[in-house]
Amino acid sequence: MAKVLMKGNEAVAEAAIRSGCRLYFAYPITPQSELIEYMAKMMPKVGGTFLQAESEVSAINMVYGAAGAGKRVMTSSSSPGISLKAEGISYIAGAELPAVIVNVQRGGPGLGDIQPAQGDYFQATKGGGHGDYRQIVLAPSSVQEFADMASEAFDLADKYRNPVMILADGMLGQMMEPVEFKEARSQAELDELGKQHNDWCICPNEDGDKKHHHEINSLEIDPAVLEAHVNALYKKYAVIEKDETRWEEFNISDDNEILCVAWGTASRIVKSAINEIKAEGKSIGMIRPITCWPFPYEAIAKAIGPKVKKVYVFELNTGQMLDDVKIAVNGKVPVDFWGKVGGIVFTPAEIQEKLEACF
Amino acid sequence: MEIIATRPQSLTSTPFTYCPGCLHGVAHRLIAESIDEFGLVNQMTGVAPVGCSVFAYKFFNFDMAQAAHGRAPAVATGIKRARPDMHVFTYQGDGDLAAIGTAEIVHAANRGERISVFFVNNAIYGMTGGQMAPTTLPDMKTTTSPYGRKVDDIGYPIRVSELLATLIAPYYIERVSLLSPADIIKAKKAVQKAIKYNKEGRGFTFVELISTCPTNWGIDPVKSREWAKENMLPFFKPGCFRDKGEGVE
Repeated sequence: MAKVLMKGNEAVAEAAIRSGCRLYFAYPITPQSELIEYMAKMMPKVGGTFLQAESEVSAINMVYGAAGAGKRVMTSSSSPGISLKAEGISYIAGAELPAVIVNVQRGGPGLGDIQPAQGDYFQATKGGGHGDYRQIVLAPSSVQEFADMASEAFDLADKYRNPVMILADGMLGQMMEPVEFKEARSQAELDELGKQHNDWCICPNEDGDKKHHHEINSLEIDPAVLEAHVNALYKKYAVIEKDETRWEEFNISDDNEILCVAWGTASRIVKSAINEIKAEGKSIGMIRPITCWPFPYEAIAKAIGPKVKKVYVFELNTGQMLDDVKIAVNGKVPVDFWGKVGGIVFTPAEIQEKLEACF
Repeated sequence: MEIIATRPQSLTSTPFTYCPGCLHGVAHRLIAESIDEFGLVNQMTGVAPVGCSVFAYKFFNFDMAQAAHGRAPAVATGIKRARPDMHVFTYQGDGDLAAIGTAEIVHAANRGERISVFFVNNAIYGMTGGQMAPTTLPDMKTTTSPYGRKVDDIGYPIRVSELLATLIAPYYIERVSLLSPADIIKAKKAVQKAIKYNKEGRGFTFVELISTCPTNWGIDPVKSREWAKENMLPFFKPGCFRDKGEGVE
């Protein structure tokens, strides 16, 4: 298919529809407005459901209901709205439902501002909602990747019956880039996808077993039963950690003197800086986590070559992924950090200056 | 031998876990009988709330979802939108529906969501141990209004049926009581009507059931019903507030 120029917010919405998402519930918030507006425009055209909920709380609970019925369903928001969804995400994880949540992050805390930021890393990867659970977190760094992650997110959600968050930011949401969409899933494929959930979902398809009593539930009042349930969840999470950890290696070699780690929008800027430094004949590489959970601890540990004297983390926050990088590095070499906050995005020249000073 | 009474097909054989004298069992039975009567046992999905009826998903013999506190109408919306061919109801208490879930119930009603809501109002939080509800009567003592509900401090009880009747979309809104056999017969008719309209896809249907909480009121079951008749019914007057099928606007 030919490439089209699109905003990230619209591209991820289009890709979600092509992935078979026919139910979308959300509440307006900047900077993800183009996403909800695109869904409002396009869902009726594909026979899908668009519903503007009265709050993010309601939207995520509508997602819980539709996911419980075994359907591909999505919601989206930006940072303050994701806080409101945290309750529902915990229930979705507890009840083991497949659902996709897009977070187009903005500056925080509180109402913050509407510029790009990466301040929700902790919230996305370390919980957000209450209780022992994990959600898969995909972090795009381009409009193309943002779109590609929609289908990946639905597939992962279905495979593991788990919430999957696409953790983007206002830059990726608002920016226009060329994007090439995959072929839309055929109706036959979508029907087949629907059937895979018949053994547990409420209201299975017409050819499913109707004489059943399926429960969508996260309540287990007997501590022994809850313990078994949480342990089963953790076994599932261990499989996800083993099989679904994704990262990009950029200019990694045994000659690297500096290893950078950055994700999302920040990683693009770091890449530009690295290209400048490379041109000067210095060796520097970068690991970009594509999944923030599960986190590529081993990939980072392995990328610390014999000449690496420092690991440098760059984020659009005050140092959140930094903790995970420190766990990965495990004291082998010093870990440095530089970030910008408040919705201010660092420039390649600023990163270059920080990195040049390390040689 | 002719069987003249049996367990409704819409109820599982799991024994109710409700307190002696509690009317949740009666409410469950009315709903289950009505679903049976309209032949919907295989097309029905229920949403259980947080509260004493949190385990309703164990008692109803069809697919059930358990919702976060107050969110049942949003969950029911998600289910109904995902499967318009199925029929969906929520079962909620007054703390769940009229406090933490106020936004969800008002907006589900305002959208005319094609679901039924069965709202059990006993003027108190049961499961958490007898705290003040938005429906607690003026001067009524609870564990969080130990000196009685002071209306100049915390306001008056919310009349949810009347509140929802200010909206244009709802198709059917009626308040009934479970306080006497005669009232239960009337309540059954309201529940039947809600299920009938639900089956026909008419729109949002809402039945408020005035009930008791002997355990947390600290009054025995028989006297609880008398107390509720004397104190709750004058404030929460039974009646039909909306029935578009019968021309009651």
